[in-house]
Amino acid sequence: MNLAVKDIRHNLGRFVLTAVGIGMLLMVVMGMGGIYRGLIEDATLLVERIGADLWIVQRDTRGPFAELSHVPRSLVYRVQVVPGVVSARGFVFHTIQRQHERRPLRMSVLGLDWPTDKGDWLPLVAGRPLRQNHYEIVVDQSLGLCLGERLRLGKETYTIVGLTRGMVSTNGEGMGFVTLRDSEAIQFDTPPEAVHLERAARQRRSQADETFLKQPLLAERLSQPANQLPAVPAPELSAVIVRLTRGTDVRRVVDTMAAWGDVSVFTKADQEELLVQGMVDKARRQLGMFRVLLTVIAAIIMALILYTLTLDKLHSIALLKLIGARNRVILGMIIQQAVVLGGVGYVIAFFAGQKLFPYFPRRVVLTEQDLTQLAVIVLVISVLSSVLGIWRAMRVEPNQALMG
Amino acid sequence: MEAPLAIETRNLRKVYGSGNTEVLAMRDVSIAVRRGEVVALLGPSGAGKSTFLTAVGLINPPTAGQIRIGGQWVLDGPRALVDLRAFRRQHIGFVFQKSNLIPFLSARENVQVAMEINGVPSREARRRALALMEELGVADRAENAPAMLSGGQQQRVAVARALANRPSILLADEPTAALDSVRGRQVMELFRAVAHQHGTGVIVVTHDHRALDVFDTVYEMEDGVIRRAA
Repeated sequence: MNLAVKDIRHNLGRFVLTAVGIGMLLMVVMGMGGIYRGLIEDATLLVERIGADLWIVQRDTRGPFAELSHVPRSLVYRVQVVPGVVSARGFVFHTIQRQHERRPLRMSVLGLDWPTDKGDWLPLVAGRPLRQNHYEIVVDQSLGLCLGERLRLGKETYTIVGLTRGMVSTNGEGMGFVTLRDSEAIQFDTPPEAVHLERAARQRRSQADETFLKQPLLAERLSQPANQLPAVPAPELSAVIVRLTRGTDVRRVVDTMAAWGDVSVFTKADQEELLVQGMVDKARRQLGMFRVLLTVIAAIIMALILYTLTLDKLHSIALLKLIGARNRVILGMIIQQAVVLGGVGYVIAFFAGQKLFPYFPRRVVLTEQDLTQLAVIVLVISVLSSVLGIWRAMRVEPNQALMG
Repeated sequence: MEAPLAIETRNLRKVYGSGNTEVLAMRDVSIAVRRGEVVALLGPSGAGKSTFLTAVGLINPPTAGQIRIGGQWVLDGPRALVDLRAFRRQHIGFVFQKSNLIPFLSARENVQVAMEINGVPSREARRRALALMEELGVADRAENAPAMLSGGQQQRVAVARALANRPSILLADEPTAALDSVRGRQVMELFRAVAHQHGTGVIVVTHDHRALDVFDTVYEMEDGVIRRAA
């Protein structure tokens, strides 16, 4: 006869409510672990998917995900001639916030180096990659936009031709993929009034410069938009991403490029480490600490619940002792109840989480390893939290049963 | 030929506290109860009846004196001569005045659990529990929770549990206190019946003088001293 099960069946309503409470608490622990894992996955997602072996960024910066990085477009050609390089392409990345359909739309924009990169590597759930150099965009479905919908960004309108799943930036924002030129146009979009003012200021400055007075044609060119001026560099890339030939000595290629005075070079692993250790480190550690705290709180609450459940059974425990029950019978009853409570709570947490986590604003990633780890933790805290109840039960004297 | 002794006590003494606060709860209590004998123990509150019952129930050992149960010496003063909990499981049955059934078990399970604790396999324990309940007239309430039973039915189930492991001695502490006089008498007669049928010695602590004719022997206890009643 299993006394633990009998007691649970006798107080089924209370047990179910308690298990639901424990389950909700464990769901928060589970969710916190999932957010922690999601944060790391989101941080490294792009680096994983984009298929680059090396990232070349502005000298002494940590690259476009960590800070502003500008490299000249010509760097792409410089890199392409390094032995061992299969391909090099420009990379532009920035975050924008615009109004769309009367609501704020925050999106991380990534420029694809058309025609080398049309976004064929993107995990599309609908539509297609880019097929033209301008006015097309592929967006992540987390942005809540539809295929065929038109987006006004800067002075141009872009048609959504593809939807991805799970493509979010380190900040958790859905991503949009356009060509490099379009991403630059979006990034450096300037209002007409600002263009007029800048042009007028340029004209004024030229009148005070002897060079322009001697060459009127040069002064006339100053009236053109900034990105059409030959003497003013066009907007730059955030980075250049490189693929290497299989079997290439990566270290040798890195050393070659790092010898150039204007760039820093990171391997894929370096970039991932920078993202995890740099960008999301504090958030990651904070979530980790919350997770530990919540686990401890769950253990304390479970201990109190089990202690209360034991207090309710003190007379029965005294009776069992009086009729000669061994300590292990009573111990078994309390520990089994603790494990059943923890187990049922865990199952509730898992299924409730499956239903609720998709509605969380940030991705919650439940890995098999994390779930197994939490299951073991729940088992351990179930046993540990029953210690208080066991301690109380062991102190019960059989003659307490005589007291009625 | 006389039946063998179910229990024998020799010069039991129990002292609580020490020095100025010392209380002598039992003074040289010596009694013998044979198998099948039903004994009543009367006395006012504070006379030492409960102390005696917990001493012979191996719950609260005496300060001095010896106890022999089923022919085996089990206590010499406070010193245990056997594993008391295991011995209690096998040789002693208890019945109390109320609230003596485990609320989360059915009536049958309350009887069955006593046997399972003593190592009887579950199926066999179930069969024997039902047989005992049949004998005591509560088989039809076997699957009911204790809260669904009347006071008299609860006491019958408690008696069935006390008899589950065929004990040498059955100890009852005011078992009719919560019952009316008719049901109280029925329970006392039940003790007499089971004592005779099972060959169990029965000691009943009671205040109830109305059913004394049921008992083979009546003892009175006052100020820790026990004597046979006239």
